[in-house]
Amino acid sequence: MSEQAAGSATETGDRTTTGDESTVVDSPPPLRVTDLEKHFGGITAVDGVSFDVHEGTLTGLIGPNGAGKSTAFDCITGVYTPDAGTVEFNGEDITGLEPFEICNRGLVRTFQIARELEKMTVLENLMLAPAGQRGESLWQSVTPIARRGVAAEERELRERVWETLEFFEIDHLAASYAGTLSGGQRKLLELSRALMTDPDVVLLDEPLAGVNPSLEKKLLERIHDLREEGYTFLLVEHDMDVIMTHCERVIVMHQGRKLAEGTPAEITSNERVIDAYLGGEV
Amino acid sequence: MCMSAIDTLGRGNTFVRTHPSLSLVFLVGFALGVDLVHGLYTGRIPLENVSRLFWNGLLVGLILGLAGIGLSMTYSILNFANFSHGDLITVGAFSGWSVTYLLAGAGVTEFGTRLLIDANLNVTVLGDPVAVVAGLVLASILTILIALVVDRLVYRPMRDSSGISLLIASIGVALVLRHLVAFVYRAHTRGVTGSERVDILPVLEGTGDVSVNTATLMIVAVALMIGVHLLVQRTKLGTAMRAMADNQDLALITGIPTERVVTWTWILGAGLTGAAGFLIVLERGTLDFNIGWGLLLLIFAAVILGGIGSIYGAIGGGLVIGLTQSLSTIWIPSDFATPAAFSLMILVLLFRPSGLFSGVTTA
Amino acid sequence: MSSPPTSDDDGGSRPDSDASSGSGSDSDPESRSLLPETRWQRDVILIFAMLFGIYALFALIGVALDFDTNGILNVLREITLFAAVYAMLVLALNLHWGYTGLFNIGVAGFMAVGVYTMAILTASPDATAPGFGLPLWVGIVGGMVMSALVGLVAALPALRLRADYLAIVTLGLSEIIRLTFQSMQFSNALEDTLGVATNGGSGMNFPGTRGVVQYAFYRGGDRTSEPTVLGDALFGLAESFDVLPLVVLGWGYNVVLGIGVIAFYVLLVRIANSPFGRVLKAIREDELVADSLGKNTNLFKIKVFMLGCALMGLAGILWQGQTGYTSPHEFRPELTFYVFIALIIGGAGSNTGSVIGGLVFGTLLFQGPLYVPRLLQEGLAVAGVELGTPPNTFYDAVLPLGSLDLLPMLAYATASTNVSYLRFVLLGVVLILVVQRRPEGLLGHRVETAAAVDLSNRSRSTATDGGNPESTSPVDEHDQESTGGHSARTADDGHGLSAVRDDRDSSATNGGHDE
Repeated sequence: MSEQAAGSATETGDRTTTGDESTVVDSPPPLRVTDLEKHFGGITAVDGVSFDVHEGTLTGLIGPNGAGKSTAFDCITGVYTPDAGTVEFNGEDITGLEPFEICNRGLVRTFQIARELEKMTVLENLMLAPAGQRGESLWQSVTPIARRGVAAEERELRERVWETLEFFEIDHLAASYAGTLSGGQRKLLELSRALMTDPDVVLLDEPLAGVNPSLEKKLLERIHDLREEGYTFLLVEHDMDVIMTHCERVIVMHQGRKLAEGTPAEITSNERVIDAYLGGEV
Repeated sequence: MCMSAIDTLGRGNTFVRTHPSLSLVFLVGFALGVDLVHGLYTGRIPLENVSRLFWNGLLVGLILGLAGIGLSMTYSILNFANFSHGDLITVGAFSGWSVTYLLAGAGVTEFGTRLLIDANLNVTVLGDPVAVVAGLVLASILTILIALVVDRLVYRPMRDSSGISLLIASIGVALVLRHLVAFVYRAHTRGVTGSERVDILPVLEGTGDVSVNTATLMIVAVALMIGVHLLVQRTKLGTAMRAMADNQDLALITGIPTERVVTWTWILGAGLTGAAGFLIVLERGTLDFNIGWGLLLLIFAAVILGGIGSIYGAIGGGLVIGLTQSLSTIWIPSDFATPAAFSLMILVLLFRPSGLFSGVTTA
Repeated sequence: MSSPPTSDDDGGSRPDSDASSGSGSDSDPESRSLLPETRWQRDVILIFAMLFGIYALFALIGVALDFDTNGILNVLREITLFAAVYAMLVLALNLHWGYTGLFNIGVAGFMAVGVYTMAILTASPDATAPGFGLPLWVGIVGGMVMSALVGLVAALPALRLRADYLAIVTLGLSEIIRLTFQSMQFSNALEDTLGVATNGGSGMNFPGTRGVVQYAFYRGGDRTSEPTVLGDALFGLAESFDVLPLVVLGWGYNVVLGIGVIAFYVLLVRIANSPFGRVLKAIREDELVADSLGKNTNLFKIKVFMLGCALMGLAGILWQGQTGYTSPHEFRPELTFYVFIALIIGGAGSNTGSVIGGLVFGTLLFQGPLYVPRLLQEGLAVAGVELGTPPNTFYDAVLPLGSLDLLPMLAYATASTNVSYLRFVLLGVVLILVVQRRPEGLLGHRVETAAAVDLSNRSRSTATDGGNPESTSPVDEHDQESTGGHSARTADDGHGLSAVRDDRDSSATNGGHDE
């Protein structure tokens, strides 16, 4: 498997060239993680991890199961409060903020096991996401005059929602309960819902797990489209092929630590990575 | 009292910062303890009052603990808060005392009056030992039967439902059981026991005479608790039950016959609950159809305090609730004894939902 | 009476109605959610159809029992009262549980806070349990505010608890509240400090909310004085049908309750059909998701908890406050369970279902069984059988069963207190059956979309595209060219997300001044 991965990385190098133009190094990176630590009881899940995610890139975070990828994700997005270290987003320290505060700053995430809101329709799922809707105020939602403004905003949102649904080609599912969707459709729903929050950076936690090949292809195409439009992605996967083929930069985690960081080519030739991870899997 | 509070605060600075709410609870407890010692020393709080309250609290605690074991078991193994637990106590009390009355009053009054516990027999442990023992045993057995029927009809078809659905169903069961009892036995409160008092603990003034019925309650309750402990710790069934309480899915995978464990959970839990119902009446001397429902929230408090799923926790929690309810009246009006116990339960749920004794081995 | 919910919301969704009313969406209600408006009209018709069906049934019962007009009107008045108060309580609980997933079983406690606050504020300073003697409206507003504040106190810490713990905490709180009002020591302490009292377990008197109707019908609100113009007209009309003024007064209060139900319903439907309600649903489904999507879930939960508690307080005031007497015994936890049963029957999550649940529970399940004994007696009398005096005990009723004599048992079962026990058994059985067989209740299965406009209806011309899902291209058609295809689309008509982003930015800036 590792040989395949190495092979395909060089083969598809042309595909990732678009990353060159977008790696402007002057401004601070949108996401900077410094010395992140998280312990559970006696277990150290994340042990001093530091990395940057650059604007407009698709960065891969990779590592075997239990490497601490998801925990790192949860620390970045506020689900867990890190025990040490900082998370900076667009130059601001967001360590320990609540998930909703982090999301409202433009850093949104998806979940490893798609957590769609089952008894809500796909439309509702997407309509939920945009931040600062005036109708989220109880008062505006119930008073007759303010409600007109709410309805007007709802109509605008509805257009965006339908466009997003069409973009992800799940508009035929719009009126279905999210709970009735297939695994792959749920992943699409989750990504589209995350985008509705108007993020700068999207953290994708294993968006391809359990997705059939044709949907996987579609999802990756959409991610590339979006990256070209200026979104920044951090992608957790343990499928090497995907990471090596599609990401401009790759961070490798192993046993809670960062093992290596670099371009796919650098990673595939990194001795430590081969020893610890790629070598181990063959 | 104020000085001691400030002192404690200073010393436990780090703890206070890490566990602000819990330290507040400790702080209040500590201050009350100091005040109690001070009050006893100066004579402001009479010793016999305290010992009477302590004794009373211990007794209530024991009852709550015994009644709580069954609730704790079903909560952890079947994964739902059983709101009909109190009414299983009622079922046990009525069915057991029917049996006791049938035996104790044979030849004295009519069958029907005895069956419905309407004869005034003033049963005592020493006067009618056979009737009391038979009542206790049959209270357990009949409660088990009712619980198994309820499980078969109500809970088993819902095994895959959420804990909340089961909780709601158990509210329905509670309504049915309680009002069926009321339908059969009618609503009046009846006096059922006589009193014979003997000096058991002459050491402390005010606790001197304890009725034989009360003493019986305490002895049987402790014996039952020890019995459950042995059962859960020493038998294969106990191991299976502990495994299921820990992780139901895992237990299923490892081949533990869950349905059988569920049945045994009901048998054990309901058996203890029925016995508790019988014993509570033995101690109180009166019986009405709200007896169990009235105790339910206190029992929940005991189980939550001890940590759901822990048998020792239920006993310990029962004692804490009983003593809180009783001793709190030293400082607050007696009307607020029960609210104080409920408040303690709420505080524990908020700040230490795994129970006061979590970290200690669970059974 | 049926118009307010629909007419009130014309600002919200009228602009869409043309597009969808002709689209034949009625034929396929499941796949395309209806406009809130059309649904409301049908729901209101449904509610009133059920109400009048139930009226007909109880009127028949009254006729069968040889009641006169006043008697029948009184029966209907009484069931209307129960239907209305339960509908209000269920709507309030639906906001907590059905919408937000907050398993609050302290309804009775929050009602008690509302009623007692109102009682203390309005009771005369000279009464046995003196109050502040303030006007009624101050009492009502004060009661709601106090319920909301107690809700806030409960909500702040309790909202991070899992559902079953929240249930026990709220039940515990409700019992603490009840025991407090039951305490004479509490009443005495109040009297010493504030000069007001609650009179412990014996309850307290205060000017009841029924006074509103008396003020409308009599000058000075005194039944011994002259009727007002309205009162005169209504009493006159009633007299021509031999209806007593007292019955008219009772129905007058029912109108107040009816207005209450409509107000609750409109409020709750608006919340349901709004972005606010959407966040509540998201919290119910998965709080972490809502949080991760930028919603301050705790704030939403606190708001909802306070609002729901205030509504419970108001419903309590309109119900328990009507007669001008209340006592702690009215607020036992059983009351909470009745509200739950009604909500589950109606369907948690549906506001129309809530009203129907309250209606069915308050009339058929709660009041209905109480008429069974007399109906049975009448029925047997027609057949020439007399029920006789009921046996004193269950045992005496069982014995004759041996000789196949069912009558003593029937007589025992239909004796007044025993009927009420059997009624609770029935309630329990109904609750169990609904939870087992139809957990979504009568209307909980419906797709009720939480939005202020019809989401399935796109107002732009592209709606033809969106409205016909089959026309979108399947996955496989997109190949290597798809990226190119998309950028082209982005360029020409703004289908791509970059265009979406622009839209969004502009909408954020001009959000303040739209049409």
